[in-house]
Amino acid sequence: TRMSLPFAVGQCGNQVGCRFWDLALREHAAVNKKGIYDEALSSFFRNVDTRSGGDGPDIYKGKICSLKARALLIDMEEGVVNEILQGPLRDVFDSKQLITDVSGSGNNWAVGHKLYGYQYQEDIVEKLRKTAEHCDCLQCFFIIHSMGGGTGSGLGTFVLNLLEDEFPEVYRFVTSVYPSGEDDVITSPYNSVLAMKELNEHADCVLPIENESLFDIVNKIHQMINSGKLGSTVKQNSLVTSSAGSAKTVQEKPFDAMNNIVANLLLNLTSSARFEGSLNMDLNEISMNLVPFPRLHYLVSSLTPLYTLADVNVPSRRLDQMFSDAFSKDHQLIQADPKHSLYLACALLVRGNVQVSDLRRNIERLKPSLHFVSWNQEGWKTGLCSVPPVGHSHSLLALANNTCVKPTFIELKDRFMKLYKKKAHLHHYLHIDGMEQSCFSEAISSLSDLIEEYNELDAVKGGPRTDPSRLKIAV
Amino acid sequence: MSIVTVQLGQCGNQIGHEVFNAICSDVHGTHGLCSKKENESYHDACQERFFSEEESEVPVARAVLVDMEPKVISQTLSIAARSGYWKYDNRSHFCQKQGSGNNWANGYSVHGPRHKEVIMNLVQREAEKCDRLGGFFTIMSMAGGTGSGLGAFVTQCLRDAFPTSFILNHVIWPYGTGEVIVQNYNSVLTLSHLYQSSDALLVHENDVIHKICAQLMNIKQISFRDVNQVIAHQLGSVFQPTYTAEGGLHYSRNPLGDLMETLVPHPEFKMLGLRNIPQMPENSLAYSTFSWPGLIKHLRQMLIANAKMEEGIDWQVRPPRLGSSIPSSHSMNKPLHFNTSIANLVILRGKDMHSVDLGSFRDPSLYTSWLNPQDAFNAWKTPRAFNKYEKSASLVSNSQFLLKPLDNVVGKAWNMFASKAYIHQYTKFGIEEEDFLDSFTALEQVISSYTIL
Repeated sequence: TRMSLPFAVGQCGNQVGCRFWDLALREHAAVNKKGIYDEALSSFFRNVDTRSGGDGPDIYKGKICSLKARALLIDMEEGVVNEILQGPLRDVFDSKQLITDVSGSGNNWAVGHKLYGYQYQEDIVEKLRKTAEHCDCLQCFFIIHSMGGGTGSGLGTFVLNLLEDEFPEVYRFVTSVYPSGEDDVITSPYNSVLAMKELNEHADCVLPIENESLFDIVNKIHQMINSGKLGSTVKQNSLVTSSAGSAKTVQEKPFDAMNNIVANLLLNLTSSARFEGSLNMDLNEISMNLVPFPRLHYLVSSLTPLYTLADVNVPSRRLDQMFSDAFSKDHQLIQADPKHSLYLACALLVRGNVQVSDLRRNIERLKPSLHFVSWNQEGWKTGLCSVPPVGHSHSLLALANNTCVKPTFIELKDRFMKLYKKKAHLHHYLHIDGMEQSCFSEAISSLSDLIEEYNELDAVKGGPRTDPSRLKIAV
Repeated sequence: MSIVTVQLGQCGNQIGHEVFNAICSDVHGTHGLCSKKENESYHDACQERFFSEEESEVPVARAVLVDMEPKVISQTLSIAARSGYWKYDNRSHFCQKQGSGNNWANGYSVHGPRHKEVIMNLVQREAEKCDRLGGFFTIMSMAGGTGSGLGAFVTQCLRDAFPTSFILNHVIWPYGTGEVIVQNYNSVLTLSHLYQSSDALLVHENDVIHKICAQLMNIKQISFRDVNQVIAHQLGSVFQPTYTAEGGLHYSRNPLGDLMETLVPHPEFKMLGLRNIPQMPENSLAYSTFSWPGLIKHLRQMLIANAKMEEGIDWQVRPPRLGSSIPSSHSMNKPLHFNTSIANLVILRGKDMHSVDLGSFRDPSLYTSWLNPQDAFNAWKTPRAFNKYEKSASLVSNSQFLLKPLDNVVGKAWNMFASKAYIHQYTKFGIEEEDFLDSFTALEQVISSYTIL
């Protein structure tokens, strides 16, 4: 079986991760009525024989006995992980997948990366190898973390480096939650920029997420539901923010809705690799098609629809609305407007009862309003997966390699420079073994270079007027 | 003689499956509209070509299924078996887990060599099951990584292992507006490599078939399955048994050989296009009648005007006037949009095809001057109707049909190559810039050759 291996690192990473496992189970339960351990399940879960008590051998076929997530949960504080282990997902993980400590990283990238990285390196490698042993084909690694803190940011990017060293051919996808301007962690710009350098150099694909965007989406849904504008009721479990139908029994916490969005992103991203469809889209294909130059690997994502109404019939107008929404700035998971920036490439992964003609009709319709770089005027990568998400008849995940990420990076740089110029809080970092001033200057330099690459692309947005002349053949 | 089909990648396997379906359903259909004896001969000839009789009750397709990820093959095998009319040999497939990632270099340089032995063993096994091997028919898309890259590698291996066998590659041209962003790179690499090892490339363009589905078949929400079924119908119309000689007593036994002989007189010209008429929704068939003269007239105009289907044909296009002593390489004599042919093959299926006048296809002005028109044109026929169509006419053409699409793909790929976008994804697996340049050069040569016809 081939699998993807998620690493949840830090508080945010684990909270999102937890939602991800929960919703993944819900998704598979909805499709897998007979309780058979199938190929789709095996990409994220092992089937373990626990009948004789404790951890038995893996069962590769037949009925589901006990599902264990293929994952590594890493946190330098115990709170979140403990909660997971006491909650309804406790049987989905075992202690061999956890790496925890008690005191946390103090919102300090250096503590996460240099201190804990060094300390836990062997442990992580060993547990990674053990988990990978169970896979006969490891297709990619996912890291889920936030950029602004200490563990997710520092230790998370340390793990990224490790993965590259240990398994250089396996793709590394990173889902990174970027801090907002009003983030209450003062040093979040430092942590984020230090982490960015690692992402620039060691990640194959990064899906940046901004809390602000998640928050806006949650609010939008709230308003929609409460305004009474909707003619019919919304299907509860269809909300992109919902945990309905999942194992969660406790009242939803404030971040749950936002974390569910990110969890759904990951589910949709991997859906075509798990379920069948008329045009499959694998994770390695995403990297191949959306990364034209190695460093430009930041993909802006959007999910639609945000909810489904309870009435069943979906006229094609509503289907087309789904495509339109995917390009609106309201649906992007970072504060960005791809329509007004430059596309390098775009991927559309559709789930459910959607056929190639629907895809083509919408691409033709939307193309004129989008700006694509001159050498990739028809830069669309498409996938059709037959199985829709729970509560929906169809859904769309759009991934854009677009210069609209630039403002996020520029703002980050500005916030960094505000602190750095005054050398505020630097000593907290510099006294950690292995940290030097050059770490900071290299990191900001890496970010500046990246911004410059996007600037260059934007500068020639119109592209050269004439196509390069073709090879001439002597007749 | 038997044909061994090699289905490569998702597209190749999905289409291959529809092809065997179409062939089977044609043979078992009650619309042969001919004598029982004729029907039996047809059935036997078809059986020999595509199926082997094994201990199982249902015929077993002579096919090898190859993919680098498991889902499609698994589906294909089970759906075929469920039909009850035919199935695949349970051992004739090979797949891996991780896919080729739409990366031609991955398919060609990594998966190819790694799995060469296993794949060629499966092919050898199928070849040995044939009393007489008539050649190989490979089905692949140019856009992705497996069909295209691994497909190009396997074709080379077939050529090396079976130097005297015929190899026909069925190649799917992706939609112009991407299915895959790097499809133009993958296409250029595929075509240039296939040109070296294959005998001929038979091309279907997704955009064209899509239009047929929309405008002729009246399908509202077109799926890949719809597209594949039209393709399968068109392929069936070429490969089902026919009499290749006038007054022939037996169905031809060497379809691939016959095809190559009639259509590929020169190794520089291997691009074959296919047209089939009429095409319409099944429920309209009962209300429609066709005449051979009408069908021939349309088909000929489709040829010279390069029309992709029987609607929207430009009837203004006329063949150039002959009698000038200027050699045919000067295109000034011909209207710009006139489609010049090297060789054509018309296939007629249905009753009364004996009396059909095909003189209009023998008009020398349709062809380049370096073949006798008698040699440049051939007709295959059978009174046995095909796939519920009372009359069906197909044209397989070695002409400028594919010149514009080829030029488009090379142009777009070159444009992208100039910016060096995505090249690092290929060099990672051993395909360097020089390899790209070689491929571009090879294809510009092909374009040039077809242009000056």
